[in-house]
Amino acid sequence: MRKIFEIILRGILKENPVLIMMIGLCPFLACSTTANDAVGMGLAATFVLTCSNILISLIRRIIPHNIRIPIFIVVIATFTTIVDYTIKAYFPTLSESLGVFIPLIVVNCIILARAEAFASKNNIFYSFVDGISMGGGFFLAIVILGIIRELLGSGTIFGSKELFSYPAVIMVLPPGGFLAAGVVITITKYIENKLIKKTKIISNLPSSCEGCSLKSTCMEFLKNK
Amino acid sequence: MNNISLLGIFISSIFVNNIILMKFLGLCSFFGVSNKLSSALGMSAAVFFVMNLAAVVSWFLYYFVLLPLNLEFLKIIVFILIISSLVQLVELFMKKFLPGLFKALGIYLPLITTNCAILAVAFLVVDYQYSLLQTIVFSSGTAIGYTLAIILFSSIRERIELAPLPNAAKGYGIVFVTSALMSLSFMGLIGLFGF
Repeated sequence: MRKIFEIILRGILKENPVLIMMIGLCPFLACSTTANDAVGMGLAATFVLTCSNILISLIRRIIPHNIRIPIFIVVIATFTTIVDYTIKAYFPTLSESLGVFIPLIVVNCIILARAEAFASKNNIFYSFVDGISMGGGFFLAIVILGIIRELLGSGTIFGSKELFSYPAVIMVLPPGGFLAAGVVITITKYIENKLIKKTKIISNLPSSCEGCSLKSTCMEFLKNK
Repeated sequence: MNNISLLGIFISSIFVNNIILMKFLGLCSFFGVSNKLSSALGMSAAVFFVMNLAAVVSWFLYYFVLLPLNLEFLKIIVFILIISSLVQLVELFMKKFLPGLFKALGIYLPLITTNCAILAVAFLVVDYQYSLLQTIVFSSGTAIGYTLAIILFSSIRERIELAPLPNAAKGYGIVFVTSALMSLSFMGLIGLFGF
């Protein structure tokens, strides 16, 4: 029970994939122009993450270690295809506004990182909880950004009627995405610095790890070792 | 096939639809390797190389294998597998025959598999129904746009490192705000050549 609570807390707050670990940034910025898009993207990614976590945890004993990454990618791509076609069939407007970012869930670093770091080592139930909580962390971050950008950029929340006139249209355009994300991340870091005592991060990874989406996974691996 | 002029595709993919600053693709590598000019150059050369290759290969695969067999729904799985095996293949090939180039680009190649810009170009080419020539122009334009953004940004970032900032804004916070300003300047190019 304690472990479940720990996993949930870690996914949503302590190791929030977007705001703290800085992975999965592309959909975070691109799919947050409106709160509705953000909810759609958050749910789609959470679904793929949870399902791939469950399946990978289920087959973790029969995956040969050397070719595990291609296998993870095939599993993730399968669920992404399911999500892609489901959204196309039932939510055509959402599919249009998210566009190429739905198939790109397959390269969303969060999913591969969780498969590698968690699901391939833990049992099905824990992997399920981890998928929900990491997905929840992503969902929370993207919806917060979506609400901020929609409110400032078009003066509405979840497509309601305009709350004020003369909104700052720049917030729904690409520069506004970067700006809002920068402010949200700075605030998160401020709160984090206030709350958590600084723990020394082991960073003896080679410099070529900079820019790799799996960097945080490798760091976690080193820490546990 | 649609008939947008090649020059139009080229210009729009570099400036107006810049893949990083206007389309939010490839951000992980953008923020990751842009802290030094030399690594930015290495990464963008590797991206240029792989992006063109991946776009052309996936174009052929889509129009000559997936479409005739009615297997379009497999495109996500097929494209990602093709691109990751392509990168492996290029790496082996370079190691054997072009050791000089491998030394320069080697460490950036494995990172490219998880670079969403590459996969996105493969999907967009199919979505926009480009011809082969348009595909090549689009992918090289996109790669040049990537290079432009990442080189400009790494030069700015070398100055940011020295700037006095509040603790919370250090690192990613200020980097995002800076890219907002850069993105704003790229937005000024909207309307160029009618795009």
